[in-house]
Amino acid sequence: MKILVPVKLAIDSNAKPRLKADRSGIDLANVKLSINPFCEIAVEEAVRLREAGKATEVVVVSVGVGKATDAIRSALAIGADRGILIEAEGRVEPLTIAKLLAKVVEEEKPDLVLTGKQAIDDDSNQTGQMLAALLDWPQATFASQVELDGAELVVTREVDGGHQTLRLSLPALVTTDLRLNEPRYPSLPNIMKAKKKPVETKSAETYGVDLTPRLSVVEVREPAARKAGIKVADAQELVSKLKAVGVL
Amino acid sequence: MKTLLIADHDNQTVADATTKALTAARALGGEVDILVAGQGAQSAAEASAKLQGVAKVLLADAEAYAHRLAEPLAALVLSIAPGYDAIVAPASSAGKNLLPRIAARLDVMQVSDVTKVAGPDTFEHPIYAGNAIEVVKNPERVKVFTVRTAAFAATPADGASTPVEAVAVPVAESRATFVREEMAKSERPELGSAKVIVSGGRALGSAEKFNEVLLPLADMLGAAVGASRAAVDAGYAPNDFQVGQTGKIVAPELYIALGISGAIQHLAGMKDSKVIVAVNKDEEAPIFQVADFGLVADLFQAVPQIEAALG
Ligand SMILES: Cc1cc2nc3c(=O)[nH]c(=O)nc-3n(C[C@H](O)[C@H](O)[C@H](O)COP(=O)(O)OP(=O)(O)OC[C@H]3O[C@@H](n4cnc5c(N)ncnc54)[C@H](O)[C@@H]3O)c2cc1C
Ligand SMILES: Nc1ncnc2c1ncn2[C@@H]1O[C@H](COP(=O)(O)O)[C@@H](O)[C@H]1O
Repeated sequence: MKILVPVKLAIDSNAKPRLKADRSGIDLANVKLSINPFCEIAVEEAVRLREAGKATEVVVVSVGVGKATDAIRSALAIGADRGILIEAEGRVEPLTIAKLLAKVVEEEKPDLVLTGKQAIDDDSNQTGQMLAALLDWPQATFASQVELDGAELVVTREVDGGHQTLRLSLPALVTTDLRLNEPRYPSLPNIMKAKKKPVETKSAETYGVDLTPRLSVVEVREPAARKAGIKVADAQELVSKLKAVGVL
Repeated sequence: MKTLLIADHDNQTVADATTKALTAARALGGEVDILVAGQGAQSAAEASAKLQGVAKVLLADAEAYAHRLAEPLAALVLSIAPGYDAIVAPASSAGKNLLPRIAARLDVMQVSDVTKVAGPDTFEHPIYAGNAIEVVKNPERVKVFTVRTAAFAATPADGASTPVEAVAVPVAESRATFVREEMAKSERPELGSAKVIVSGGRALGSAEKFNEVLLPLADMLGAAVGASRAAVDAGYAPNDFQVGQTGKIVAPELYIALGISGAIQHLAGMKDSKVIVAVNKDEEAPIFQVADFGLVADLFQAVPQIEAALG
């Protein structure tokens, strides 16, 4: 089984996003960027499947500017075998990413695509589902457990109200939730080894996909700020204050 | 402008999330039809028909829809999509699973987690864990979006008698099949619709303590119970309780955070609550920056005192 894992370079989950003064977006200069946590979980799961002898190759792909290679290198350090960078400037929407990824799937012919459930910058939660639709593949989103059973996958998903388990025939697409696994910290030798693994660079233009965004951003602004609160001395004061504001 | 709202429901009743998403759908102006797809879902369809401002309820009743799998539902919606200018669903796990599949097939971009419909083609939605609000213009031929239901009031039932129409069910073979479901049964209000939420963090220390400390207080307040990711990961609470960027987004009248530090990913899920209370023994905990009322205390002592003060 061959696994393809699309990975995105996103703001580090510990960094605080700052808005650009002209309200056109988020200022990413001098902000720490890392592999999106959900993508990292997807890579870890793919590598575990290979280590368990269930997968033969793990290929990672990222769409973005040259810096996106950092996400690919992180994935290679976890244990992915090789990378593909699809260079595209500016804002590329999930639908476009999904179309580019569909082309990569045509070329690479993986049996399983593992994506993150969401990128923690745009918070779209769309790309995996869109890719499954374009490929007409079955999908299991928000996976917390993935098992290979012959030519089928048994996936447990986190849904409102609890868990749902599905059986998918391959090829299939799975998006990862947080509790699927805890990604390893790559060892120094593996980080060094990752630098030598092959990464092929291609231009998004070569795929014949229209890269123009469909949506236009009118502005990006701060959310409404909360009024500063107060500290109360004890439980008694807390309860009387809550009664005073009418929520009890 | 004709809008199709895809309902969340349990075959019997229509989910609160649907009544809130309906408010967003109506804000587009124009007619709104509700699609109820399920198995034995006549009652949910009738409940939807009582909601204010609905033109028509479409009922697709078939075994294929019993577990809300994305593949047959997408095929169904695509079969009726040509009559609509907008397709909308709550940003619930079901809506998030389904809607992008439909958008991709229609070759249109989706807007996720809409918090405001500023016009028929202008939407606001949070990005970066709610640290920024993005306003987008959507010129697509069909507007496809999920609704962050915490940002909208529910559309009430006004006893209308909107017609319920059965829709023909396309036959679609699916390479995804349902195996099983484990759903938590609870007498407590749902996180998404509760007026009060009591949430616990890593500080609770164990599932036993989590239940022992939170449940009596939640019972006194008629509250739903939530949790931080750390508490869920440690197994103190089920995954469905997680509040935050990647869990449930809530905005109750009163949110009580017990032993939760206030990481941005947690704040993303609750900072639009009307009144926030935080109990934390670390006075520097970031949760206090969003709390209207902060109590610096050991929660194991404070909670019984709060219960006593509530009388
Ligand atoms: C991609 C990603 C997504 C995430 N999504 C979410 C999400 O959706 N929701 C979420 O919650 N988190 C999420 N997180 C995790 C988040 O970053 C934090 O790690 C998590 O919220 C911390 O949980 P906590 O506050 O319970 O634990 P901690 O940060 O460990 O805080 C425990 C707090 O309890 C206090 N405390 C300890 N003992 C007591 C006591 N006896 N009495 C009173 N106070 C006490 C401490 O002072 C401390 O402030 C996400 C992280 C990532 C990377
Ligand atoms: N630029 C990208 N390159 C590769 N994969 C991506 C990219 N953007 C999104 N993805 C994949 O799609 C998932 C969901 O992203 P999103 O739909 O943007 O929330 C991510 O976790 C990735 O697996």
